[in-house]
Amino acid sequence: MSESGAGGKTDRTAYLRIEDLTKKFGAFTALKDVTLEIYEGEFVCFLGPSGCGKTTLLRAIAGLDIQTSGRVEQAGKDISALPPSERDFGIVFQSYALFPNLTVTRNIAYGLENRKASRAEIAARVTELLDLVGLPDQGDKYPAQLSGGQQQRIALARAIATSPGLLLLDEPLSALDAKVRVHLRHEVKDLQRRLGITTVMVTHDQEEALTMADRIVVMNQGVIEQIGTPLEIYRLPATSFVADFIGTMNFVPGTVSGTDRVRLAGVDLACESDGLAEGTAVTVAVRPEDIVVRSVQGGEENALEARIGEMEFLGSFYRADLVSEGLGEARLRADLSINLVRSQGINEGDPLSVLLPRERIRIYPGNAVHG
Amino acid sequence: MVSTAQAVGRGSVVRPKVGRDDWIMRAYMLVIVLYLLVALAFPLYVMLSKSFETYAFRFDTVEFQVDRGEGWGETLNAMALGEGLGIVDPGTLVTTSDGRFPATSFFPDFSFRAKTLYRIRNTKEGSGGFLVKGRPATGTDWFELTSGEFRRVQIRPSQATGTGNYLSYFSTPALFTSIYNSLMIAVISTIVTVTLAFLYAYALTRSCMRFKGAFKMIAMVPILVPSLLAGIGLIYLFGKQSLVLKVAEWAFGEKTVAPWWDMLANGTYGPSEVYGPVGIVVASVFFTFPHALIIIITALSIADARLYEAAIALRAPKPRIFRTVTIPGARYGLISAAFVVFNLVITDFGVPKVIGGQFNVLAVDIYKQVIGQQNFQMGAVVSVVLLIPALIAFTVDRIVQKKQVALLSARAVPYEPKPSRRFDRTMFAYCCFVAFFILGVLAVCQYAALIKFWPYNLSLSLGNYNFDVMDGGGWDSYANSIQMAFYTAIVGTFMVFTGAYMVEKGKGFNSGRTGFQFLAMMPMAIPGMVLGLAYIFFFNHPNNPLNFVYGTMGILVICTVTHFYTVSHLTAVTALKQMDPEFEAVSQSLKQPFTKIFARVTVPVCLPAILDISIYLFVNAMTTVSAVVFLYSPDTTLASVAVLNMDDAGDIAPAAAMGMMIFYTNAGVRLLHAGLTRGLHRRTQAWRTT
Ligand SMILES: Nc1ncnc2c1ncn2[C@@H]1O[C@H](COP(=O)(O)OP(=O)(O)OP(=O)(O)O)[C@@H](O)[C@H]1O
Ligand SMILES: [Mg+2]
Repeated sequence: MSESGAGGKTDRTAYLRIEDLTKKFGAFTALKDVTLEIYEGEFVCFLGPSGCGKTTLLRAIAGLDIQTSGRVEQAGKDISALPPSERDFGIVFQSYALFPNLTVTRNIAYGLENRKASRAEIAARVTELLDLVGLPDQGDKYPAQLSGGQQQRIALARAIATSPGLLLLDEPLSALDAKVRVHLRHEVKDLQRRLGITTVMVTHDQEEALTMADRIVVMNQGVIEQIGTPLEIYRLPATSFVADFIGTMNFVPGTVSGTDRVRLAGVDLACESDGLAEGTAVTVAVRPEDIVVRSVQGGEENALEARIGEMEFLGSFYRADLVSEGLGEARLRADLSINLVRSQGINEGDPLSVLLPRERIRIYPGNAVHG
Repeated sequence: MVSTAQAVGRGSVVRPKVGRDDWIMRAYMLVIVLYLLVALAFPLYVMLSKSFETYAFRFDTVEFQVDRGEGWGETLNAMALGEGLGIVDPGTLVTTSDGRFPATSFFPDFSFRAKTLYRIRNTKEGSGGFLVKGRPATGTDWFELTSGEFRRVQIRPSQATGTGNYLSYFSTPALFTSIYNSLMIAVISTIVTVTLAFLYAYALTRSCMRFKGAFKMIAMVPILVPSLLAGIGLIYLFGKQSLVLKVAEWAFGEKTVAPWWDMLANGTYGPSEVYGPVGIVVASVFFTFPHALIIIITALSIADARLYEAAIALRAPKPRIFRTVTIPGARYGLISAAFVVFNLVITDFGVPKVIGGQFNVLAVDIYKQVIGQQNFQMGAVVSVVLLIPALIAFTVDRIVQKKQVALLSARAVPYEPKPSRRFDRTMFAYCCFVAFFILGVLAVCQYAALIKFWPYNLSLSLGNYNFDVMDGGGWDSYANSIQMAFYTAIVGTFMVFTGAYMVEKGKGFNSGRTGFQFLAMMPMAIPGMVLGLAYIFFFNHPNNPLNFVYGTMGILVICTVTHFYTVSHLTAVTALKQMDPEFEAVSQSLKQPFTKIFARVTVPVCLPAILDISIYLFVNAMTTVSAVVFLYSPDTTLASVAVLNMDDAGDIAPAAAMGMMIFYTNAGVRLLHAGLTRGLHRRTQAWRTT
């Protein structure tokens, strides 16, 4: 079995290549010039808000709704115009689409029939698959007699029964309740790793994407905003959209004030300015958990005198609003550990010195306003 | 960025390869589209053009020469001759396709014994010409004839296109008053039916009375009989030999009843008036009642209990709740029911034929023009006139139904009625009255069928079942009807369901699919009489290669399947829409042909709907009269048409007997269907979640 990919390695040859793919529904453009490569054995998640075109892209890959223009290549073969039946993939839908009038066994065997396999071979394969998804003795039940999680696993078994080269999953876990979902995340990921099957999963749940994917494709309004490993996406969001969409992010308006320097309302910060010209209006972004509170010396680089506004208790930490002259109208949210709050006796209204670490600050051109 | 105004992105435009399955599905869909074109669109088109086909004698293009032994005389124009003689004026020129004018009329001194020779010719190619020696002559050559031969020369009318038929329709009061009559009957019947059905539906959904199931079943009974049986039942109940009168006399004595009866009889709408508008309305209400009821029950059962709770919490008085919550909630249902009933009544032919007497309505006019007077063009004109209100009613109904669907999908808490003694009893009494009337009409038909000779000889006899000695086709017609219904159910269900599947689950080819949807909706708007007449024009045309189906069982099946296509199609589409749209996608990804998912999943899951469609087609094929009345042949007489013809011939009791045979057959098939559905449910409940 091929090892599961650590993302971003461009030296490998692409198994699935998507080039300048555009999909229109009448006058509406659902996907615009999407280009993407997926490597063999990789687990890729399409992540984005509702309506951004994830399902559309997945269905174009499957040939279920063929793109208006652009190329799709699988295993070196141009499959752009082929109908689904001439492509090589297995698919699991959010609804599972299990055939209600067929038993679990017959559902899984559905794709194995008409393939010159003997009955005994089919039966053996079905047993093997049932074992694989951990439901060895549910074969005689009908889908309606199974729980949601079990149905999901049967749908998965049916999709991989014919050993396709590509597995497509459209929000396979979103119909399940939270506990089962977390559990199945690991199972699906584990199964994928064992089989080494190239997998594309659509989700709008960032936690799901961050925990399961080798690489994440963040999409917004029909275009790809960023492609990268979960860590890259989280640490180095390429656009303010990604920064805002993944995790929690503070945004403060500012201006580039020199090489690697940016000026907020009343304070100058050091940060990577990515070669932006002096005077460019930018949005400065920093995550609440990256704001350093403990033992900050006044006058240190990127230190800021602030006052604590409202504090929100979030279980394992507090999220505090920071008000500062240096920020002007803007507010910063910082995560304060319970420990810190307790040991230092921090209360609402207290003054506080904080530090915005240079390497944790991202700046994006333009004055993006985010909620 | 590409800065050109190009509509697509940078990549090359993709022409999806059409897979094998897609080709098969498209081809099959085209087959059904073709069927609907041939069985519906083309005949209607031909009918429409027929209505603009006029016939007139073109005497100005006919010339004669006479030789009375002195050589050929001067050339005489027929028009000039005729005007001189005063036998031709604009009125005599207009005729029908069968119009003939003897050439001898132009020669008052004509005697076939005379040695006179005649010449006749057309001056214009393509005008009507004349029949000479039994053969039509349309060329411009002279024909030289002896007086013996000339005696048989008939001048034929020439055909033209124009609005002449419409002009003569609207200038004939006997014809166009039917428009008013039809509209009036339809409107009154609609108001009465919808009101009665609303009360009945209200009782079934909003009261806690007992025997709701039985009441619902009884209310559906009229669907199982031809509409004309209602007319026959009413004649027995209230006609000149009224059963009601006899019962009253028996109960209260002849002396007591007579003055009352006379008073009624002399009133505006006395018993003898059952032939006419009142009879039509009552019988129409009878047979449209279940149709309205089904729609209104659906509308009332989607009521949201929360609205009622809110209204009660606001202490709204009951009448106000009824006015502000119940009626608006059922509004679309009521409108839809009204248009459906209107359409049924205005296009119905059986009821006014049986009980209409001298009261003319459009549907019967078509029949009279075609069967009585053989004036096909005028029949076509009346058909077009009848199409207009039917089309309007159909369109409004479709719009309203769309809104109703939107209401249905909104989540609501179902309303649970609470017992209330007085209300429940009132409702119970009302339902008893309606149920009693419905069963009464049937019972009286059955009773009349079983006695020797109403009202003079009341001994029981099976004489009325000796159909073979009556006009109408005998027992064969009953067998034919069953055969026809059976074929219709089988062929129709297959075609409707597979067609609906292709159009619902096929991909791409949007123009074909839109065309299909349109064609599939059309039959509902086309009155049966119109369809039947259109079939005569289309299939009976000698140049039509499909001419061979004319007069066979085949054309009856085609006509019936087409006539009832829409409702069946909608049932199929509704069932298919409830299937997960991804089944096909999964099957394709597993590289299985669509036929496999269709046979292994779609059909088994939709089996209840498929059974519903087949029973609907069977029952309607048994009871339909309007379309097939033009199309049966001596070998393919039908039971429903036999009811009509026996009634026409005055054999009312046998007509009732045959009508009841249809009822028992349909009731039996319905029971079988109920049994099958229940058995199916038991067998499949393991996998059905609901
Ligand atoms: N058949 C269609 N016709 C017209 N517009 C469509 C069609 N299918 C999708 N769209 C539009 O394309 C856009 C992308 O749809 P898509 O289903 O890919 O979104 P998604 O990212 O999967 O969202 P979700 O998370 O809600 O599933 C949406 O704005 C949608 O309204
Ligand atoms: Mg989606």
